[in-house]
Amino acid sequence: MSAVVIGVGNPFRRDDGIGPALAARISEVNLPGVTVITSDGEPSRLLDAWSGAELAVVVDAIRQDGGVAGQLHRYAVTDSPTVGWAPTGSASTHGLGIDEAIHLAQVMDLMPVRLVVFAVEAADIGYGEHLSQPVSASLPELIEIVLAELRSGT
Amino acid sequence: MTDRSRELVVSALARIEGESALRIVVSDGQVTDVQLRIYEPPRFFEAFLRGRQHTEVADITSRICGICPVAYQASAWQAIEAVCGIEPTEPISALRRLLYCGEWISSHALHIYMLHAPDFLGYPDVVAMARDHRAIVERGLRLKKAGNAVLETIGGRAIHPVNTRVGGFYRAPLPAELTSIAEKLRQALDDALATTAWVAGFDFPDYELDCDLLAVTKPDEYAIESGTVTSARGLTFPAQNFSAHVVEHQVPHSTALHATFDGRLFLTGPLARYTISSASLSPVARQAARAAGHGDTCRNPHRSIVVRAVEIVYAITEALRIIDSYERPDPAFIPVPPAAGEGHGVSEAPRGLLYHRYRLDQDGHIESAAIVPPTSQNQAAIEADLRRTAAARLQLPDAELTAACERTIRNYDPCISCSAHFLKLLIDRR
Repeated sequence: MSAVVIGVGNPFRRDDGIGPALAARISEVNLPGVTVITSDGEPSRLLDAWSGAELAVVVDAIRQDGGVAGQLHRYAVTDSPTVGWAPTGSASTHGLGIDEAIHLAQVMDLMPVRLVVFAVEAADIGYGEHLSQPVSASLPELIEIVLAELRSGT
Repeated sequence: MTDRSRELVVSALARIEGESALRIVVSDGQVTDVQLRIYEPPRFFEAFLRGRQHTEVADITSRICGICPVAYQASAWQAIEAVCGIEPTEPISALRRLLYCGEWISSHALHIYMLHAPDFLGYPDVVAMARDHRAIVERGLRLKKAGNAVLETIGGRAIHPVNTRVGGFYRAPLPAELTSIAEKLRQALDDALATTAWVAGFDFPDYELDCDLLAVTKPDEYAIESGTVTSARGLTFPAQNFSAHVVEHQVPHSTALHATFDGRLFLTGPLARYTISSASLSPVARQAARAAGHGDTCRNPHRSIVVRAVEIVYAITEALRIIDSYERPDPAFIPVPPAAGEGHGVSEAPRGLLYHRYRLDQDGHIESAAIVPPTSQNQAAIEADLRRTAAARLQLPDAELTAACERTIRNYDPCISCSAHFLKLLIDRR
């Protein structure tokens, strides 16, 4: 069993640092066969990190209208291109992210056997270090859920 | 009065917010205002750096950008070492240049394949392009990976390198470690030449920028990690005079700061580097440029994709040259004792000239920091191009006009990874 945990985000943008924070905690557990990395979400590195893995767990912050800060969402991504979100297109030149990475991986046969995305609703993604209270409070549960995901896969 | 206004909020699962937006105001059939807010200047970092130790600076500034962290480190080392009166040794400078080559390869491959090429081939994005051109996208990923291999081997990891420091490196790689990346780079050179031939076959609208161009230069070298600043009109000055020439100021009708060079519009980046320094490219890169139909200069922003491809060829040949004559720095770094004063650094980030200035107290604490990234320097030139693009296409529906504007923006590879992943597009027709 090979698994990879990918914490996506920028620790200098408050709650966007939830991915790296989770990665740091999972890394301490030192699970055999599990690689833990952090990422800025750039697709080619995500593809590199997860292609060939039996299980990839990706953790990122999310913002959506009417969202509840700290709330956790789980998306299991299958190999067929029917993800819960659509490619977005953007005029930004680095504006590619997990969604594009998933679609690209599907087109190019670079998906892991299983891909699970955990998205945590952010409260504050302004400049600065440290997670907001609601997102910080969600971290212990997130760690448990990710560990359970890894154990179920091994 | 607004009879039609449209707002498109882009991106659904986003990691970072931002106020990035393009706003075009059309009044009585004329473009009356263009405001591009694509870049948040790293003011937070400038404030954050105050009071930090001079040895910490590069580790902090590398966090400004996930795509060009080496650039943010290189300009910082240079400025700090200038204050402290330290000259890096030849082997340290060479290893820094090699690391920076890795960043050019990686960043340019990302921009060409994942972001820019779909515009020329009529695809909405790289995913759609990959469906029809899988082998081509695989080639782009291989190139990106070759650049990452350089970054990982020398920098310790592919993003935000941790093996670098003021004065040099924590650990210099063994020659055998570089030999293994040379193997990847030799294959990458074939991929880079194929890339140049591929993009040279795209259709390019005829258009030439007439603004001045600004790039870091070095005698007999296509400057990357250091040098003096040179304009296409022939003015040359050292990094410490940068602020006397390049001034950021507020403009009417825009919230963004605009930079001018001696009061005029200007551009930094691949077109500037190529136009000013193409004679210093390696023979292989020069030949690739010629085969792509390029002369000694290039002022067509659409053709920037060809220049980026040529620069990948150059960065690979340069990396192979450095590896071939590699002398392991010993010691890996020079101690940099603190000194009071002000220092300046310039280097060529993949997307253009990056300037840093630091003032230190006698204990090496940062008293003030100023960072002028390429995208904020290019802001006014990009807006001017957008104004021209929009004015010529006002008859188009919003969606098509928006697409044309996005293509114009992508020609300049603006850096926003450190700031925003939402882009709002607002077209006001009055």
